[in-house]
Amino acid sequence: MAPNDETAKLEALRSGLKKEARALKLDFDQLKSGGFIKQTQKNLFTVRLRCPAGQLTSTQLRTAAELADKYGRGEVHISVRQSVEIPYVHYQNFDAVTAALKEVNWSVASCGPRVRVPGACAGCTYNPNGVADSQRLCLDIDRRFFGVATGHHKFKISAAGCPIDCPRSRGADLGFQGEVSPRLEAALCTGCELCVTACQEKALTMAEGLPVRDDSKCNYCGDCIKICPLDAMVAARSGWLVRAGGKHGKHPLYSYEVANFVSDEEALALVEKTMEWYKGNADGRERLGATFARVGVQKYIADVIEPMGLQAIKTVEQRRRFWAGGNFYV
Amino acid sequence: MSEFHIDDRLDLRGVLCPMNFVKAKLKLEEMESGQMLEVTLDDGEPMRSVPRSIKEEGHKIVSVQKTDANAYRLVILRGQD
Repeated sequence: MAPNDETAKLEALRSGLKKEARALKLDFDQLKSGGFIKQTQKNLFTVRLRCPAGQLTSTQLRTAAELADKYGRGEVHISVRQSVEIPYVHYQNFDAVTAALKEVNWSVASCGPRVRVPGACAGCTYNPNGVADSQRLCLDIDRRFFGVATGHHKFKISAAGCPIDCPRSRGADLGFQGEVSPRLEAALCTGCELCVTACQEKALTMAEGLPVRDDSKCNYCGDCIKICPLDAMVAARSGWLVRAGGKHGKHPLYSYEVANFVSDEEALALVEKTMEWYKGNADGRERLGATFARVGVQKYIADVIEPMGLQAIKTVEQRRRFWAGGNFYV
Repeated sequence: MSEFHIDDRLDLRGVLCPMNFVKAKLKLEEMESGQMLEVTLDDGEPMRSVPRSIKEEGHKIVSVQKTDANAYRLVILRGQD
């Protein structure tokens, strides 16, 4: 073989290796940012798809079905946090899966010490219980913060449209829950007492023919506004109740209510400030709630909530209206 | 006893959700805008959801009266289509 031929062959081999390395690096980056979860079975992974607020278009659903047929075993798994996952995908198919997702403007979810895909209920847009647009807030949070590295541990956010709290905002690192404070238009009220019977917190009582509200008992659920047939009970103020420091896992923590009546814009700013605080105050691989346990939630309130000018919730007395029971091992 | 001229009446005591709402809705659809329908509902779940659903359909509840311990009488002004 002529030396020239050999050189050409070597060059071809090198460029081939480079290409493969580039391809491998791409896979490695994807694996790092998450979305591909190793299975018990050799070489097989579960592909977790990015479904913020649990919202999917029919096109995305069809794509998930096609990918499950082509690269998986014709099945998907609905994860606990609203994701559609495709199990049994060979790692060699990662690029093909990623490309197919890109075609429908979609991507895999996040894993590891990052902001995870935020979750939300149906919110107020079509669920009659909703008092706030949890879908919109959730999608805004996803657009701005999805996949951001925390420097410590995972970071989960969820948004609930009302105090029924289906999205378990108490168990999230940062939770938002819609709330509304009622006001009586006395001139419209006929004293039918329906609001009094609707209030499960017993915050309303009749006095001189009109309902009177004890704010310390009111959990801002809006049931009295919804039930009033004459629109005499109206929304005086609405926004997000903010919960921080919750987690599930082997040692679950219920979050603290830390602020009342936060606006959409304030909520987004609060996510950013909380991430900064978490980065600076957490110690190694600990969740936000563990940091609170170490340095105290009051430090977070003083460092983040109060400087932002939010309506801070600081005492147990202020939190009592949102009470939760259960076995706390104390 | 009512201060309103009632055009039609519907006793929905003992009718479960959401059938009580559906019956009220169908009755209101037969009526003309501006007419008054009197509906009697059980307290509890029916009173929690039916008045709200009727409001969402574009009708107006002009009066609510407790008839006895466990029922309410509503007067509904039939809204525009």
